[in-house]
Amino acid sequence: MDKPVLLDCRHVWKLYGANAEAMLANGRIPDAAALAEANVIGAVRDAHVQIHQGEIFVIMGLSGSGKSTLVRCLSRLVEPTAGEIEFDGRDLLRASEAELIEIRRKKMGMVFQQFALMPHLTVLENVAFPLEIQGVDRATRRESAQKVIELVGLHGREAYYPRELSGGQQQRVGIARSLVVEPDLWFLDEPFSALDPLIRREMQDEFIRLQNMLRKTIVFITHDFDEAIRLADRIAVMKDGVIEQIATPEDLVQNPATDYVADFTRHVARAKVIRAQSRMEPATAERFAGEVAHDATIESIADEVERADAPMKVMKDGKVIGQITSRAVIDVLVGRG
Amino acid sequence: MLALSRHITRGRLFWLGLFALTWALSTYSFQLYKLLDARWVIRFPSALQLNLDTEISNFLDWLVNEAHFGLFSFRDLTRAIAWMIELPYQFLRNLLIEGFQTGIGDGAVQIAPSLSWIAVIAIAVAIGHYARDWALALLVGVCFLYLAVFGQWDSAMITLASVLVAVPIGAVGGLALGILAYRMPWVETLLRPILDLMQTVPVFAYLVPILILFGFGPVAALVATVIYAMPPMIRVTIVALKTVPEELLEAGRMMGATPRQMTWKVLVPAATPTLMVGVNQVIMLTLNMVIIASMIGAGGLGFDVLASLRRLDIGAGIEAGLAIVVMAIALDRASQAFSERRMSHPRTGSVVQRHPWTTTVLAIVVVTYLLGQIIPAIQNYPDALKISTGAFWSDAMAWINVNFFDTLETIKTVLLTTLLLPVKKFFAGIPWFWGILAMGLIVGRVAGWKLGLAAALMMLFIAASGLWGEAMVTLYLCGVSVFIAILIGTPLGIWAAQKPGAGRVILGLMDTLQTLPSFVYLIPVVMLFRVGDFSAMIAVVLYALAPAVRYAAHGIREVPPQLLEAGRMAGCTPSQLLWRVKLPLATPQLLLGLNQTIMLALSMLVITALVGTRDLGQEVYIALTKANAGQGIVAGLSVAVIAIIADRIVHALADKQKRRLGL
Repeated sequence: MDKPVLLDCRHVWKLYGANAEAMLANGRIPDAAALAEANVIGAVRDAHVQIHQGEIFVIMGLSGSGKSTLVRCLSRLVEPTAGEIEFDGRDLLRASEAELIEIRRKKMGMVFQQFALMPHLTVLENVAFPLEIQGVDRATRRESAQKVIELVGLHGREAYYPRELSGGQQQRVGIARSLVVEPDLWFLDEPFSALDPLIRREMQDEFIRLQNMLRKTIVFITHDFDEAIRLADRIAVMKDGVIEQIATPEDLVQNPATDYVADFTRHVARAKVIRAQSRMEPATAERFAGEVAHDATIESIADEVERADAPMKVMKDGKVIGQITSRAVIDVLVGRG
Repeated sequence: MLALSRHITRGRLFWLGLFALTWALSTYSFQLYKLLDARWVIRFPSALQLNLDTEISNFLDWLVNEAHFGLFSFRDLTRAIAWMIELPYQFLRNLLIEGFQTGIGDGAVQIAPSLSWIAVIAIAVAIGHYARDWALALLVGVCFLYLAVFGQWDSAMITLASVLVAVPIGAVGGLALGILAYRMPWVETLLRPILDLMQTVPVFAYLVPILILFGFGPVAALVATVIYAMPPMIRVTIVALKTVPEELLEAGRMMGATPRQMTWKVLVPAATPTLMVGVNQVIMLTLNMVIIASMIGAGGLGFDVLASLRRLDIGAGIEAGLAIVVMAIALDRASQAFSERRMSHPRTGSVVQRHPWTTTVLAIVVVTYLLGQIIPAIQNYPDALKISTGAFWSDAMAWINVNFFDTLETIKTVLLTTLLLPVKKFFAGIPWFWGILAMGLIVGRVAGWKLGLAAALMMLFIAASGLWGEAMVTLYLCGVSVFIAILIGTPLGIWAAQKPGAGRVILGLMDTLQTLPSFVYLIPVVMLFRVGDFSAMIAVVLYALAPAVRYAAHGIREVPPQLLEAGRMAGCTPSQLLWRVKLPLATPQLLLGLNQTIMLALSMLVITALVGTRDLGQEVYIALTKANAGQGIVAGLSVAVIAIIADRIVHALADKQKRRLGL
């Protein structure tokens, strides 16, 4: 990644228990057994995460894996037991309460699993709420709120109360609220997990649409691996408080670092993840049936390549970098190699 | 023989032995005293008696007469508090009933009259409509109209003025303390035992020291009322704030809310529906206490009831009592509607269009004020149109007493001789040392030996305060009343749970019963059965019935449906389903109901001192009439001791049952 790092987190620990601090004294790195023996729960253990400007970074794990705790450490909703977190060149863990309030008001936004809307406020008031907290005057905050409400497609529902909206609409309000301050860093904590599968899909599309417009730096939490590979630039897989692997979706599927990750990726539809460039071979054919983009997923080109009577060119920046055969595509589709 | 021995387990043997021994000691304590020639068997040795009561009294005297905090004395402090309460109270009294005047006595000049009765009713209707709908507006309006038509207006407005002063103080104070306790854990740790104690100490016991600190009059009554009504608000506030979803707090923090913004913009608004439930409780407790506090000069409807009870004026008593009932219903329904009220969409348009109710009410206030200057009937409800039901009630009671005297008397005598007197004899006979030991054993066996020791020590406190006899009478009356309340209440509750139609009627009735101030229960009871233990018992049973019914109904309804289906699929008959599935699973709820019943019974028992019982309540009541703070507080603490012990026993039983059921 060549983009600058916006959030840099090193050696972050979050331990719960009576002697949590003592466990980490003098730079010790206790293992799971040592923690269990001391009756300390290691919610996050020695996490290293670098989040680059403009990427979608997904933290994936089952419930209890520590993903929610990690994201709360990154926003300092939860105080890490040890570690360093640098946000936009500032040491986040040394920031005073006042500085922290300032950072959160201007630079961070967060979307919550259960929407966390204020029940006594209308859609418009909810979206304008962060600005109200900042002391922005009424007219300005209404105007800004109105803009984001239209952005998320809730135009016409400004005067509704949250209880009068469906789950998907409520989460649109949550998204609008977190965007109204134009944050640099956008946290989404399982934003779609409380929604029905169909709505979830729709909201994912909506999210992709928004991101294509806004180009935010995003930390996205999910327990749904399909969601992760659909949205992520990079994925961190967590288990028992430890990050098992950080990689692009494709890398994760092709080169799982641990058995746990392998277990996860085994049942993934690989054609959705693997891209043409990783299954191409040197362009040796005499005749080509056509061309495909190097970063197209196998799924999206399978039909075309399989139908063709000759290999297809794989293109990058207008140059041929290899060829892909129907054989290679079928291998991916049936799960060989 | 074998079958019998199977039923004799060690546990049963323990209880059997304990009971037999207690019974024997109770029956033969007098003989034992003669035999051993030891008076301490039936009397706590006077040399060992605590003199806590005189010490408390002395302390209060010192507080009132000498205590000084540097800049001001304690007396200055109480005067300042009194002044702060007096001011709004007098204003409301003037506004509602007396009118505004300058000068005193004959030289008084009226500046402005009070609100006309029509205006007050209009305000009540408007509030009812604002809180929910036209139906509620109508109910509230009819309730207030009733007060005017049946000649209770003046007293009712005095009571209302007290309620309107005490409720904001209690609610805001409770909210403030609750928020403080939520934000600072040590405040909660400090408050919790105080709240627990305040819930169990009978209300009369507060009245005495307050009487001494603030003197006889409405202010003392209001102080007592606020102290009595505030603890539930504190509790509700703490719970309401703690149940605000964690995510909402995180959302607030992520938006960069300061602690103050967190409290006022996130926590309190999000908790408002629950907080309104607390306000409803404050209103109902306030009304209850304002009535009781008529004994220390609150005036109003409570005073009317008390005065007519004293002169045995049946008609007037029932009239005033019904007015209290009507007012309680109006206040309860309106404040409940507020807690269920949802934010509605604001109206648009001009000021008048946006606030149709406010403008209408203001118009009525002004118009009736102007017309009232010319036509007195608009200012004050005309006497000629008042209907007094006093004579009717007196006649009705007389008729009942003439025609059913024998029946009522028979019921009373039978219950007295077969149940009350034997139980009383049993409890009264228990020698103090054995009573302490037995209580320790019972609590120890049920709730652990640590608590058992604590219970024994608490009983020792009662004995050492010279209140053993009164405490035993309290135990007996409370025991019998609770027994009868459960006997009636549980089947009613089960019935209510099984048959939805009957359930609505029964539970609705119970809701209403529970909103009535405890004082009201004394009226019909005294009319029918005159004074004595039996009347007290009936009043206590009536007052304490509601939780027994409600918890039983709740417990049966909460049985998981899949268990009922499993039972039905196993071929249970409806009665088997009830006895073998529903009741065992509902036991924890039934026990909680028992606990509530005991607590209500104890609080009512103290009030029944007015109908001449000889228990701890009487001791408190006597202390009140003699303004003996020490005696009142010690007797009050003794009631609290009994309440706390009962609470621990029942809770331990409920926990045990829950664990057995794996809940």
